[in-house]
Amino acid sequence: MDKFRMIFQFFQSNQESFMNGICGIMALASTQLYSAFDFNCPCLPHYNLAYGLGILLVPPFILFLLGFVLNNNISMLAEEWRRPQGQRGKDPAVLRYMFCSMAQRAMIAPAVWLSVTLLDGKCITCAFCTWVPVGTLGNASHPHLSQGEIQRLLARIPCKEIYSGQQLIANEVAVRYLRCISQALGWCFVLLMTTLAFLVRSLRPCFSQAAFLKSRYWSHYIDTERKLFDETCAEHARSFAKVCIQQFFEGMSTDLVAARCHLPRKAPADAGEAAEKLLGITDQGTMNMALKSWHRCKPPLHLHPPALPTGNGWAGEGQPPTHPSAPRKETAAYYSWV
Amino acid sequence: MDRFRMIFQYFQSNSESVMNGICGLLALASVKMYTSFEFSCPCLPHYNMAYGLGIMFIPPIILLLCGLILNRQSLVMLEEWRRPPGRRKKDLAVIRYMCSSIMQRAMVAPVVWIIVTLLDGKCLICAFSGSMDPKKFVGFANVSTVQVQQLLAKVPCKDEELLRNNTSHKAVSRYLRCWSQALGWSILLILIIAAFLARWLRPCFNQTTLLQARHWSNYIDIEQKIFEETCCEHSRLFAHKCILHFFESMQQEIKLHSFSLHGEGEGAEGGEDLLQGITDQEQVNKLLKTWYCEKPPLDVSQAHQR
Repeated sequence: MDKFRMIFQFFQSNQESFMNGICGIMALASTQLYSAFDFNCPCLPHYNLAYGLGILLVPPFILFLLGFVLNNNISMLAEEWRRPQGQRGKDPAVLRYMFCSMAQRAMIAPAVWLSVTLLDGKCITCAFCTWVPVGTLGNASHPHLSQGEIQRLLARIPCKEIYSGQQLIANEVAVRYLRCISQALGWCFVLLMTTLAFLVRSLRPCFSQAAFLKSRYWSHYIDTERKLFDETCAEHARSFAKVCIQQFFEGMSTDLVAARCHLPRKAPADAGEAAEKLLGITDQGTMNMALKSWHRCKPPLHLHPPALPTGNGWAGEGQPPTHPSAPRKETAAYYSWV
Repeated sequence: MDRFRMIFQYFQSNSESVMNGICGLLALASVKMYTSFEFSCPCLPHYNMAYGLGIMFIPPIILLLCGLILNRQSLVMLEEWRRPPGRRKKDLAVIRYMCSSIMQRAMVAPVVWIIVTLLDGKCLICAFSGSMDPKKFVGFANVSTVQVQQLLAKVPCKDEELLRNNTSHKAVSRYLRCWSQALGWSILLILIIAAFLARWLRPCFNQTTLLQARHWSNYIDIEQKIFEETCCEHSRLFAHKCILHFFESMQQEIKLHSFSLHGEGEGAEGGEDLLQGITDQEQVNKLLKTWYCEKPPLDVSQAHQR
């Protein structure tokens, strides 16, 4: 039990820090992704808006979903939400708490992407370059160009090499203007997010602390219970498999004795552990038969009661009493194979 | 007892150092943010002031809020402030002490940002180049009022064509940068002197109150942490008992329904511990299905009494 306790302490204390770690890694990954991404504005009138806004909004959505996918607790939340009531009531406050804490962590990477994109300015410059106020910033009295022509000229602002509207409006002026707007939007967005986070965190102790403590306890409980149940099932499966295999070898050995009328193996008092571990299989032919039988005809998932684990695995003492047909089925199978 | 003492010491020593560490990290992050941020003055008459002052003051507010959010003690303080008195009186001196220590740590990163901004000078040049008196600078003295505003606004953008013939823009830049750096160093000096005096003169006033406040604020912090740890332990034990109880009740159900002669006597102890009497594929499937469809009630009083 001590071993279990140590393992669970590790998980429990580290569950929060593990999730925070993943959250931080995703935020760093989103900045890396942005700097590695080769932004390439199309510099065409309608494509600019679609491209710029697409780069601004689609990756955050992907990062948000990824934040949920990478969170282990999502399956726990889904299970708790969908399970039948049974003998244990469901508390919607606990479900809300679990969902909120997951959503908060999942929102960090998209918010980082949006901030970095806005503070850098390339997306907004690309998306809104055709909306620059030419009247105030440039020469409105330029030789008359049709609206379409002006749009086409302005659309090339982000691509300095092919920009040919220097007389209409200087490239640097337009880029600086758009970048200023973009950075202002970026800082306002970061300020808004930080203020929201601050309010959420600081208003909670003022209003619903008791309910919060309750929800937090029970959500940790559900998590711990699930992990402990999985561990218990794993241990059970291990013991089950061990006994099943032991009984398989015992069954093989008994069949051999019955089939070949050999004397039962001499089990001298001083045979020791090695003889025990051989489980009665002491020559190549027998071993090969055992291996083939294991592959061709696995034993049923049903353990015989008397041979259930005692100190030594050997069924020297207990005989299978009035147990139903299963062992006989096993024996028949071996015979037919042989 | 030794284990408890070790845990206490760990919590005690780490609370302050964790908070100082976060404070330092935020200060470094603010410097890094400033250097990686691409400052781009719009060089337009009214936009300059808004942009320059915005860059100087909005990030410090963000950093202050971050410093408050990331500090665990701020939650502890709020809880202590808002809790009903119950059977334990509230000591306002403790709350004031906690508040002041939280604010001091949270103010470090914003102050670092402001000082770095002033020492670098770009923000002030951008914000105040349009407010310069053109008569002080030779190149701008003979230009019309409207045009001079435009020219002055373009001073922070060195690559402007309009300024190529006019070297006074360098004079304006230098002038503003000089003011900016002087302001930066003065603020730094004043803050350091204030911190020095506060730390040095504090023992002269109310030392006992301070010691008490510090002790009890540490106590509240540690009590909170230990409560959370105890709740975790409790939920682990609760879950453990609940699952054991569940397995036992499944075992009893199986015994009732299958009439098989599982070793009643030896089944309960010895090697049976791990298998819990569940020795069959269907039994395991039934157990797993029951676990999902009908979770046991959150009540281990029966198991506890056994």
